[in-house]
Amino acid sequence: MSREGVEVIVGVLALQGAVEPHVAALSALGAKTLLVRSPDDVAGIDALVIPGGESTTMSMLLESSGLRGPIGERLDERIPVLGTCAGMVLLASTILDGRSDQHAFGAIDITVRRNAFGRQVDSFEADLRIASLGEAPFHAVFIRAPCVEDVGDKVEVVATLNGHPVFCRQGSVLVTAFHPELVTDLRVHDQLLQLARRRTEVAPPLVPTSPL
Amino acid sequence: MSEKRATGTDRVKRGLAEMLKGGVIMDVVNADQAKIAEDAGAVAVMALERVPADIRRDGGVARMSDPALIEDIKAAVTIPVMAKCRIGHFAEAQVLESLGVDYIDESEVLTPADELHHIDKWHFTVPFVCGATNLGEALRRISEGAAMIRSKGEAGTGDVVHAVRHLRQLLGDLKKVTQADSAELFNWAKALQAPIGLVQEIAETGKLPVPMFCAGGIATPADASLVMQLGAEAVFVGSGIFKSEGPAPRARAIVEATTQFRDASIVSKVSRGLGDAMRGIEANSVETRLADRGW
Repeated sequence: MSREGVEVIVGVLALQGAVEPHVAALSALGAKTLLVRSPDDVAGIDALVIPGGESTTMSMLLESSGLRGPIGERLDERIPVLGTCAGMVLLASTILDGRSDQHAFGAIDITVRRNAFGRQVDSFEADLRIASLGEAPFHAVFIRAPCVEDVGDKVEVVATLNGHPVFCRQGSVLVTAFHPELVTDLRVHDQLLQLARRRTEVAPPLVPTSPL
Repeated sequence: MSEKRATGTDRVKRGLAEMLKGGVIMDVVNADQAKIAEDAGAVAVMALERVPADIRRDGGVARMSDPALIEDIKAAVTIPVMAKCRIGHFAEAQVLESLGVDYIDESEVLTPADELHHIDKWHFTVPFVCGATNLGEALRRISEGAAMIRSKGEAGTGDVVHAVRHLRQLLGDLKKVTQADSAELFNWAKALQAPIGLVQEIAETGKLPVPMFCAGGIATPADASLVMQLGAEAVFVGSGIFKSEGPAPRARAIVEATTQFRDASIVSKVSRGLGDAMRGIEANSVETRLADRGW
């Protein structure tokens, strides 16, 4: 059944962290958003954003809220998802310098090192060239940012900084080490919406990538 | 190739505060407590030698903590580490910045070093949080470069009443400013003793330009829920955790309540069987009002 004309609903995980800026960015693009705080919130969403925050805290709250299982199931269905900073850490397959009990969804085959760019005094802004977003550079904000140390075969490195991947994609999973929600440039969020709209318009789901 | 990197910008400083929203920042006095806080889901820890309740009890001059202690705590956890300097003591702030702390709290809990001036925080790469009891104080701190505001409350009492007063004062005035016409805003700036530019900005946006957290007297999960419902965006807990009977479960419960503050059934569930909260003292009975410090 075509859902053309039906607006997609993007869930924003709202346990902790920079939730509102994502909601604002998605709303500016005309998407409906839904704050995800309990398992009941997960069924109706067409896409998901996992925001920046503290990944150790979010990992714990995913467990206690009962959201880990239901979100994992939706990720298995390949709903489009954008993970920024801590969100990238939570979607990764392997976390370095994390806590031993820290959960990762393994939705994208990357190895991520937490706080790899240093402490807050090393946090920075920089212009990135991102070919898939067009000519204009993307102004990226890195805050105690993680870095991607290793990527699997199925992973497309969308952007790098000094040779390190900082924006990766695998199928419908987008992850950034930086914070597109802290700038007014909406191109990263627009990519998520494009994936979500494409997915709801055509009957068969996107070609699944191989299991991790 | 090397991209041009800008550090210490407004966006980067306020950005970290954005990342801490919905979380709990816990006072810790050693590495063991820092680990307990991290295990419980704290989004950051505040490294200090004595929690406010002990500072209050001991009296004397309260200063910046020993750098060795701060380094120990930094080494123990992966979450951001904050530390306090005295109001106006920019040399302590320079030391804390050199230690690589993630946020500096220019705090009324320590004995002020300057009776007129707060630190010019624009000169620093590290971001600052400052306490405020009302909107004017918050805007003055923001004009000096604070990247996060917290209500002062009355630290070390375990009594939430002043935190509530400060939140209500601040957010109440904020609402009134949004109702004012453009001519009235000049009078608001005068009354608040705050820069007109910032007054015009908040009249337009309806919120502070930096995140607004709550501190001072939070001791229970329901306290956390209360201040979050009143409009705080995150919670600092000082003495309330490690002066209680069971710090680890209480810390965890306050984290849950701060996240799920809208759902009373969850706050109720996590509030069970936590043992005694810190005994506390009634904030209106204390001789030294820490909240009066700051200008």
